[in-house]
This record gives sequence, structure tokens and C-alpha cells, in this order.
Amino acid sequence: MGEPKNARAAEALSGDTRGDLHTEHQLLNVGPSHPATHGTVKFMIELDGETIVDLEVQVGYLHRGFEKECESGSWYHVIPYTDRLNYNSAILANQGYCLAVEKLLDLETPERCQWLSVLAGELSRVGDHLTRCGAACLELAAMTPFRYGIEARELIWDLQEILCGARVTSNYLRIGGVKHGLPDEFPAACRELLPKVRALLVDFEKVVTRNRIFVDRLKGTGILSKQDCLRYAVTGPMLRAAGVPLDLRKQEPYLVYDEIDFDVPVGSVGDNYDRYLVCLEEVRQSLRIVEQCLEQLERLGPGPVDVKDPRVRWPAKGRVFSDTEERIQQFKLVTEGPRVPAGEAYLAIESANGELGFYLVSDGSAQPVKVRCRPPSFINLAPMPEMLRGAMLVDLIPTFDFINMVGGECDR
Amino acid sequence: MVDDFGSTALTRLLEHCTDAVQATHAQHGDATATIAAPRLVELLRFLRDDADCAFEMLTDLTVVDRLGEVPRFEVVYHLYSVAKNQRVRLKVRVPEGDPVVASATALYPSANWMEREAFDLYGIRFEGHPDLRRILLYEEFEGHPLRKDYPKTKRQPLIGPEG
Repeated sequence: MGEPKNARAAEALSGDTRGDLHTEHQLLNVGPSHPATHGTVKFMIELDGETIVDLEVQVGYLHRGFEKECESGSWYHVIPYTDRLNYNSAILANQGYCLAVEKLLDLETPERCQWLSVLAGELSRVGDHLTRCGAACLELAAMTPFRYGIEARELIWDLQEILCGARVTSNYLRIGGVKHGLPDEFPAACRELLPKVRALLVDFEKVVTRNRIFVDRLKGTGILSKQDCLRYAVTGPMLRAAGVPLDLRKQEPYLVYDEIDFDVPVGSVGDNYDRYLVCLEEVRQSLRIVEQCLEQLERLGPGPVDVKDPRVRWPAKGRVFSDTEERIQQFKLVTEGPRVPAGEAYLAIESANGELGFYLVSDGSAQPVKVRCRPPSFINLAPMPEMLRGAMLVDLIPTFDFINMVGGECDR
Repeated sequence: MVDDFGSTALTRLLEHCTDAVQATHAQHGDATATIAAPRLVELLRFLRDDADCAFEMLTDLTVVDRLGEVPRFEVVYHLYSVAKNQRVRLKVRVPEGDPVVASATALYPSANWMEREAFDLYGIRFEGHPDLRRILLYEEFEGHPLRKDYPKTKRQPLIGPEG
């Protein structure tokens, strides 16, 4: 017998039959309408048996011209659109945009507004992480933890409803302030509901964190190394899971984050399990932040929740009908919108998925020249083929879940 | 006259290649340099590899359409250094007639999708991009909707088997 002609022959000769299991490559389409894709993304997967040889991610199914719409309205018209970017954590997108416009206007909002903004934003982040972890369980065929997660999210949304008047797309923040101050019933509701959320988290963890099936599906899958994360500009829990303690709330503190005590969890391997653990710990940290905000807001007491800057300040409704100056102010803001000085600014916040940036360009008029949203979902999704080449087909599901691509933000 | 505005990145950039930097500003604290388009890749490599700059991340890439100005387009790069916790914004001007700029994908893989998006929505071509296709819109889409001369109300022809 001569030398084996190729690797497969060598495998066969050595008694290793794995070579025989190679199949002709097949192309599998998943999505754009598939339970595991949350409805709006398509994967074209080249398979060798059950092994992913290559993968192409197709996005854009939810593209609705966010930037074009923003360029055709006033600076105020953009805020409700930002609600619909990452609809799991709408307030964080409000926050990013409003802070960016305030940067262009050189405004600093009063302390009370900043605490309210952080409070609302952190509630939003908790909701987002709970959805991500809950939905991941559901898609790995575990119904119970999903219900725990969603029940906790419902409680968070109850709080958001009390605070903002809406559960999902809350449109709470304003340029230079927030819509209204802390409602009287909020502190009591918060003290009642947060322990319930914590109890649900404990239940969630009991079912999931050391569950053999869950751990086996997550550990070692979808790994993206620290270097690759940086090369692909991946941010948020994915980057922290890979061991980089980058959190813009600490790194470039905005609002009142430098006065808040919280920790930034990091992972070590950068696999799906690390991402899960990082997200869950961030929920706990966010709850801590919410409590600190509440304490500060009670210390500050009621008072004005917007800047006194006439360029952006909305007059109190009662005064519009009795005071000429205020009526003119209201009229100008409604018909024309605020004028923002010419220039450009980029401002990034730490959203639930990572760096959510807004790059704004103004020509000095009441209409933006450009409102670019730097979408963490879109950018974090790009290295997905890198994460899955050579993996099994089933690894696609948890990996996609923990990237937490949200169509509204990814496709804009 | 170009100033460095006390930014490490701009200082290093001006030391390394003053001739390629056309203008700088630091509005609202964002260090910004407009650079000559043919030198883009060289400068990006410098900013990434220089020890004082260490911009490991290309966080954002987008385009501003300044209709009426010559050159018309402005391709905007936002770089971030995790190690140094600093940011810098680079801009290159691209003419309307031949909107081509060198691709940054070889240096920063994150540029891949962002350049596809810029191509899709603004029609800027990135030379050297491995796979320059539309990304958010579909292949048959006519025009580039974020250009200022693309009317918001414009309708696209129906596609599909019926034509």
C-alpha cells in the first residue's frame, strides 16, 4: 500500500471515520421570518453536515429611513424616532440624542434632570437585558425562565409607565430637560417593585445559570476574542465579556454617572456564557443605580426639570394663555423649532448594546443637516460570521441572541 | 494655519505629516482634522500604530452631503482609543463626479459594513473594499436616498416577478 493520496484517505486509513461524515456543502436560508431571527434578519449558511462553513448575514429588512426623516423635521421631531431605534431600551436612545443636541447648544441641564435621565435610562437598560436573557432561554427551548424574565420586565415597565406615561416608546426626555418631574407615587412603587424584580432574578438564576443544558449550549460558543472585538469596534456587554472593562459611563462619565457607585462586570473568555453573566450582573448594578437616583431625587425634592435657556425651554401650559412673551415662545418652538448653532458634535453613551453615538451636523437653522446614529446592534452583528465559522448550526441561536441585534436600531 | 488644540492625536498627526492635514478644529471638544483624501489610509495606519495615539477602534464611519459645496461629500471617520481613552474625528472631502475614497477595511474590519452603508445610502465608492454591495436597501433600489437631492417623497419602481 502506497502513501495516502490526501487527508481524507489518510483519515480513513487510520481508522478515523470522521472524514466520511463530510457531506456535499448545502446552503441553508434562515429568515427573514423565522422565530429565531426576531423577524428581521436573514442568514445564508453554508453547511457541511451540521458544521457552519460560512455565513452571510443580511440586514436591512426594517430600514425605514431614520436619517432621512430626521433631516426633514425640526430638532425636536427626532426624539420620538429615537424611541423606535432600540425599542427595548427606548429611553437610552432619547438620552443619547438629547445629550448630543445639548452638546451642540453648549447646555448643561439642572442636576434634577440629570438624575431623572439616569433613573429612566437605567430602568430601560434593565428591561433590555431581561428581554435579551429571557428570549435567549426561550429560543433554547426553556419557557419558564423566559416567563420570569418577562415578568420582571413587566414590573420595570410598570415603573416606566408611572414615570413617563408609556411603557415602551416613552418619549420622556427633552432637549434641555425631561418631560416632567418625579410623580408622587413613583418612590413608593419603586420600593415595592424593585425587591420583586430582585426575587424574580434569583428565580431566573436558579433555573438557568447552572442548568447543564443551558451551560453546555452557551459555554465556548460564539467566542470573539478581545483583539477581534476591538478590530470590529464591538462594544457593550460583548466587549466586556471578552475582558475589556470599557463602559462609557465610567470611561467618559456623562450626566451624573461620576457620582454614582456601581461596578463594571467583565468576563474572561468572550463566549456566550460570559455575555450572559455580564448582562445579568449589569441588571443588578442598574438596580443599584436606580436606588441611588431615587435617593438623590428625594433629597433634591420637586423643582424645575428643564434649563432656563429660551432657545429650547417650553413654557408652562398655563402661562401660554396668559402671558404674551410665553405665547410667542411657545409659537416659535411649535412652528419653527429651536435653532441650533452651526457646527458638529459626536456624543456617545453606553446603551444596553454598547456605544450608542449620535453625530449631529447643524448649519444654524431649525432643521438638522445630519443626524447620524452610530448603531451598536449593526456594528456588533458584523463579526457574526467570524464568531460562527466552524461551529455547529445550533450555536447560531444563542450567539445571535447574545449579540442582541434589535432590528429598529440595526436597520434604522 | 492648523492648530492642534491640545489634542494628542492632532499633535502627533501634525508632527508626522503636516502636509496632509488641511484643517483642524475642536468644536465642543471634539478634535477634528480634515485630511487629503489620497493620504487617508497612510494616516489611519499611523493613528492606529503610533504608541501615543493607539486608536484600536474605528467606531463610526459616515458621510455628510454638503450639496452646493465643492467637493460635495465629506466622509467622516470617528476613531477611539480604549488604551488612551481619546477620540479623534477625521474627514476627507470627496468630489461629486468621482466619489471614490480608499477603503479602510484592511486596517479596520469594522469599516466593512459601515462602508457598505455609506455606499448604499450616499453612493460613495470605497476602493479596495472586498464586497461593496448595498446593505440596508435592496439591489434594485435606484439612487442613493441620503443624498440631499434625493426627494423624500420619491417612490421606487415595484420589483418582483410582475416587474
